[in-house]
Amino acid sequence: MKLNDIVIQTTTKFVLFIILAFSIFIFFNGHHHPGGGFIGGLMTSAAITLLLLAFDFETVKRILPIDFKILTASGMLIATLTGMGGLVFGGPFLSHTFGYVHLPFFGEVELATALLFDLGVYFVVVGSALTIIEMIGGDQ
Amino acid sequence: MFAIILNISAVLIVLSSLIGLYRVVKGPSNPDRVITLDMIGVNLISLVAVITLILNTTAFLEVILLLSILSFIGTVSFSKFITKGVVIERKRD
Repeated sequence: MKLNDIVIQTTTKFVLFIILAFSIFIFFNGHHHPGGGFIGGLMTSAAITLLLLAFDFETVKRILPIDFKILTASGMLIATLTGMGGLVFGGPFLSHTFGYVHLPFFGEVELATALLFDLGVYFVVVGSALTIIEMIGGDQ
Repeated sequence: MFAIILNISAVLIVLSSLIGLYRVVKGPSNPDRVITLDMIGVNLISLVAVITLILNTTAFLEVILLLSILSFIGTVSFSKFITKGVVIERKRD
């Protein structure tokens, strides 16, 4: 039986960008408010899972040519090197700092080095979740 | 007066979720369970909205967006599993 899937594919093309924008928002929200790298990575993997549901595996592999195992390893490397940065400046492992800079168009912005560690956590969560999904979710 | 109405609506939402939980466990067919799980998701979203009004805070508004996205993806994947038998296809023809 040939199923009609134009509704789910058209909906996915809009909803995907809403979910990705929300994941980026919740990633930057995580320093003072609920959020952070872990839940932002889970939202990004939810968006890519929706893309996998609406289209098939080969199409998603063509538009996202990323090996997710390498993404996991590079995220772990980023997180570890950010932790090592505390040792370079004479502090304990994983110590972090912050400062206030003046950016054009945004005004006074607080930048923290914990954001770089969170970026590593984000990559690890996206890579491991999508590796698990493509291993146990695909049919043969 | 408004606080009493909010408390009553929270209790009613919890009761309707419990009735839905009975249908999830007992439900004769799989589409019943999927529809009831979607209903429980919508009930959770409205319960978070009512709690936001009771506590008079804006801290839970991300939770509403998050629950709605996860409930949507869950319902879509269950529906695809029921109609097609597979969730993620290798190659669509």
